[in-house]
Amino acid sequence: MNWLLLLEQMLNGFQLGILLFLLAAGLTLVFGIMDLVNLAHGSLYMMGAYFCATFTGWTDSFLLGALLAIPATLILGILVEVIALRNLYARDHLDQVLATFGLILFFNEFVRLVWGPIGLDIPLPAFLNATVEIIPGAPYPTYRIAIIILGFLVAGLLYLLVSKTRMGMLIRAGASNRETIGALGVNIKLLFTMVFGLGAALAGLAGLMAGPILSVEIGMGDGILILTLVVIVIGGIGSIKGAFIAAIIVGLIDTVGRSFLPEFLDLFLAEDSAATAAPAISSMLIYILMALILAIRPQGLFPPKGVGR
Amino acid sequence: MNRKIISLVSAMALLGAPALAAADSVKIGFVTTLSTGAGAIGKDMRDAVDLAVEHLGGKMGGKDIEIIYEDDGFKPEIGKQKTDKLVKKDDVDFVAGYIWSHVLMASYKSVVDNDKFLISSNAGPSPVAGKLCHENFFSTSWQNDQTPMAMGEVLNQRGIKNLYIMAPNYAAGKNMVTGVERTFKGEVVGKDMTKFPAQLDFSAELAKVRAAKPDALFVFYPGKHGAQFMKQYSQAELAKTVPLYTVFTVDSISLPRIGDLADGSLMTMFWSPDLDNAANKKFVGDFKAKYGHYPSHYAAQSYDSIMLINSAVNKVGGDLSNRDAVRTAMRAAEFDSIRGKFKYGQNHMPIQDFYLRQVEKDQEGVYTTKIVDVVYRDHQDTYVKDCKMSW
Repeated sequence: MNWLLLLEQMLNGFQLGILLFLLAAGLTLVFGIMDLVNLAHGSLYMMGAYFCATFTGWTDSFLLGALLAIPATLILGILVEVIALRNLYARDHLDQVLATFGLILFFNEFVRLVWGPIGLDIPLPAFLNATVEIIPGAPYPTYRIAIIILGFLVAGLLYLLVSKTRMGMLIRAGASNRETIGALGVNIKLLFTMVFGLGAALAGLAGLMAGPILSVEIGMGDGILILTLVVIVIGGIGSIKGAFIAAIIVGLIDTVGRSFLPEFLDLFLAEDSAATAAPAISSMLIYILMALILAIRPQGLFPPKGVGR
Repeated sequence: MNRKIISLVSAMALLGAPALAAADSVKIGFVTTLSTGAGAIGKDMRDAVDLAVEHLGGKMGGKDIEIIYEDDGFKPEIGKQKTDKLVKKDDVDFVAGYIWSHVLMASYKSVVDNDKFLISSNAGPSPVAGKLCHENFFSTSWQNDQTPMAMGEVLNQRGIKNLYIMAPNYAAGKNMVTGVERTFKGEVVGKDMTKFPAQLDFSAELAKVRAAKPDALFVFYPGKHGAQFMKQYSQAELAKTVPLYTVFTVDSISLPRIGDLADGSLMTMFWSPDLDNAANKKFVGDFKAKYGHYPSHYAAQSYDSIMLINSAVNKVGGDLSNRDAVRTAMRAAEFDSIRGKFKYGQNHMPIQDFYLRQVEKDQEGVYTTKIVDVVYRDHQDTYVKDCKMSW
């Protein structure tokens, strides 16, 4: 076992986990509080990346581009909520799935019309486009370190927002029991819009952070949305804490599994069958985990208070 | 009574119309990926087909050319649906295109078992060259194993002893790995088959490459995956310690975006924009003039598909009813290919040369690839021995 490699893979796992957390935080709140299945969350992730690529092109600075892209995605999220999703709250989940799937198609075509079929690139400033040797002998990309640090900062801020502010109190109350908080005279419409905007901004942040590593392209949010859904199921729907822990677990299992499963299978399988089985099994690992959690603890690891107990 | 006759006549007119139209034109269905992130490849192929039709003056054997484009959405099941539609509803004479091996495999039987001709303009999975070879299937590209086999030879020539391999886990990825392993004489110290097309972040695999300390890294990442791989390979600063050798990863679709990262990068291929023959010069020159950028190999192969069909249709004088005559004409493949000479093997796969190409700038400072060496002359794929067809 190569311990330095394990350490490096854990960093990679954290980095994937952080991106998943930023997506899952918004999705879990929207699902938990507003009881809305929003498949178009991945589209907001994509739009965040496209906004950032465009603004970076205009301002010649990735940081400025990113700072402009977050409010832009927030406004877009609010617009989507007010125009399209508000009418869906009373409908059942299947209608919501259909409508938000339609939104995915809409956004993908919209992007093709505006930005063209070939993706965009977000160039990194020189100080981020380098490597640091935090693990001896393994230079690690600075930008990925920056993602991890920024992700933990955002997670901390979200924790403060949810546990220490009045809006956070309403969010927690909404996640536990929607009907009661509406009955108590809280402006639930405004709360929903704000929560959706917050979720959109977080998704946009995830998208723009992923942009320089992956390329910015049509449908980039569709694949990661599935992982995000796994995260919120494992973490418990409506729980930010659950989303954070589940995202890190999924990130670590996916990355470390991909990396070490072939060696592990070599121990008790023939080399050929290990080589074929490893990629298949490693891509299933997180789904196996989700199935286990659903069997043992269907409400998720950390459900909001008063849910499923 | 009159009304009855009128409705009967109009019904006959309706039924007769498609048959009449079919008699006037050569119908070609073209299945490629026009949506999703891979849509850029499909666009390049469609541009090349349009250019071929333009070069032919819109006519084959005195008949109008009718091309029906279909988008496979990068999914085998959708590719098969679209193929079924082309074969059954549109009643085309030829179906061409197909970027992805898994899409071609799903659609294969729908065409060849229905007495239509199938021409692969890119995908070359091993079954269609071997056990499943069919008299109605032709390729204007290559069998998947061939290009990486050429790369294996290059690695041997360059004294590479330890190799790390990365490829996506689908039909073509497996063929590419088999190909390079067949000819590479050193030791394969590590191999990662990544989930396709979902996995776009290769950080875990690149960390393993660094830890394994190989002499070289061989990868196959087609389409958008190639651009992303090159970016992450560069961000991980592996180039200093582990040189990269690729097949179908860097192409003229991705070069405008990743040219600086791929400068000097080496790959093997059957073709290059600078290949010196009249047909290729005309194709590359007119393609650049019309679309403003270099054609990719996807485009070159698609152009050849149309030219192959044209040669056969001309030979039978536009009469497509005699399938055997058309097939014989296709087997002869008497047309000016962009690769120079063009010859079919027993399994309808081209027997062709393979070159080592390198990324560099042309006189105008645009990134392209130039041929630096010939690796194989008249190379035939290894699956031909499993093909029972004889002619």
